[in-house]
Amino acid sequence: MRKMDYYRFRLIKDYAARFIVYLSLTVALIPLFSILYEVVQKGISTINIDFFVNPTPTVGEKGGGAANAIQGTLITIGLASLIGIPIGLMSGVFLSEYSEHKLSVIVRFFNDVLSGIPSIVIGVFAYALIVRSIGFSVIAAAFALAIIMIPTVTRTTEEALKLVPLSLREAAIALGVPRWKTILTIVLRGAKKAVITGILLSIAKISGESAPVLVTMGYWRWWFAGLNRPAANLALNVFVFAVSPFENWIALAWGSALVLILLVLGINIAVKIFTRERY
Amino acid sequence: MAHKFEIENLNAWFGARQVLKNISMKIEENAVTAIIGPSGCGKTTFIRCLNRMHEITPGASVSGKVLFNGLNIYGNGVDPVMIRRKIGMVFQKPNPFPMMSIYDNVLAGLKLNGVKDKKILDVVAKQSLELANLWDEVKDDLNKSGASLSGGQQQRLCIARALAVNPEVLLMDEPCSALDPIATAKIETLIRKLAENYTVVIVTHNMQQAARVSDYIAFLYLGELIEYGQTKQIFENPKHELTERYLTGEFG
Repeated sequence: MRKMDYYRFRLIKDYAARFIVYLSLTVALIPLFSILYEVVQKGISTINIDFFVNPTPTVGEKGGGAANAIQGTLITIGLASLIGIPIGLMSGVFLSEYSEHKLSVIVRFFNDVLSGIPSIVIGVFAYALIVRSIGFSVIAAAFALAIIMIPTVTRTTEEALKLVPLSLREAAIALGVPRWKTILTIVLRGAKKAVITGILLSIAKISGESAPVLVTMGYWRWWFAGLNRPAANLALNVFVFAVSPFENWIALAWGSALVLILLVLGINIAVKIFTRERY
Repeated sequence: MAHKFEIENLNAWFGARQVLKNISMKIEENAVTAIIGPSGCGKTTFIRCLNRMHEITPGASVSGKVLFNGLNIYGNGVDPVMIRRKIGMVFQKPNPFPMMSIYDNVLAGLKLNGVKDKKILDVVAKQSLELANLWDEVKDDLNKSGASLSGGQQQRLCIARALAVNPEVLLMDEPCSALDPIATAKIETLIRKLAENYTVVIVTHNMQQAARVSDYIAFLYLGELIEYGQTKQIFENPKHELTERYLTGEFG
């Protein structure tokens, strides 16, 4: 009889634990889905051909779109990636493959510090360094975003490379392959998927950054006009239009928010698909 | 007989811990030399000193001379990369490159060092796989992943990969310790065949294996070379009491 009681007690504990886990999961997902619901519901009506073809409307103008903001965002992210990814990638390789080097402790420490700095502070830094000399511009914003992505790329690259077994490095070195070539061919190739995943996630992270863009890009509602000029930006569209008094501008803010979320979601889905196919 | 290696006063450290103490010996050309001794006696470190693999471990250091064909591989201006191309190595656990096909695995050393001529590559791939007694088993699956083979086949693939860069010496670090008896027998037959044209230095835990494959045996204990001689002499008439006690299984 006592054995039965103990068994029932364990069953109850099992159900209670499961209930708490499911409840926590639901609580965690409610904000996500309510944001998605709200943005899709309010933004979907703005999404039409006009939205992807026309630039921002002027005051009083009907319709208009966010095509210039999509263009500006992609160019800014592209330039930031061009600066940030190589630096992050090479720092990650250095930390993983040359960890015996005296500098690596210092580099790892400052990389961690950098990843903890609020993005607005990095924005202000870019403002002091670049905006004050050449003005609000794509270059200044891309520079700030590149600095934000460097620590993420560095860390994920380092972790990815460390997962490549030492035995594979030794196999290549014992064949008389120089160390640098071993890293480029065997180590980076073995960690390719994890490295690219880290890069994609860092791109997703900077796509939605608004604070550093706000202090470096300035406001621009025309098409892209050069890297040393400002450009329109999806995150800034949300920031500027959401508080405007015009109905079509507010609608554009929701539309821009939706496109931004879809962009980040798309990158995340790409990561999932990319990491699934393994042999 | 010629000496492939002449080792003089070789010492090796991991940080402050000395793992090899003043080892001097000569290794015969085109023969199999087995390195035996209890765990932690420095067997693996010893062969890793012969192709300068020891120094790639952070904190590791070496002193002394290793003359390879009369040239000190620790001398000034000697490129360890060139040394490793002449002195191949097979590891304890089979380590084919998992992202490469069988064909690319065999040719990894050549391809990574810039050989592109398809004709040469095809010939070397076939020769190396034949030499490693693996060709008949994989000739129809050359494009399959190297990781798809059995453990014993993977180890022979690694031997073929080491042979493909045309070395003079093959260092083997307990090449059969992860394999079953049948796969082990195949590798042992292969080692005897290779000894006709290559100098083989093999680390082994298994005294029967040392007796079966080797011409010479070096017994290491706590980083020191206790006894070195022909296999027959070591087994039948060991000169040192420690060797005899180890061979009779008193400690291991």
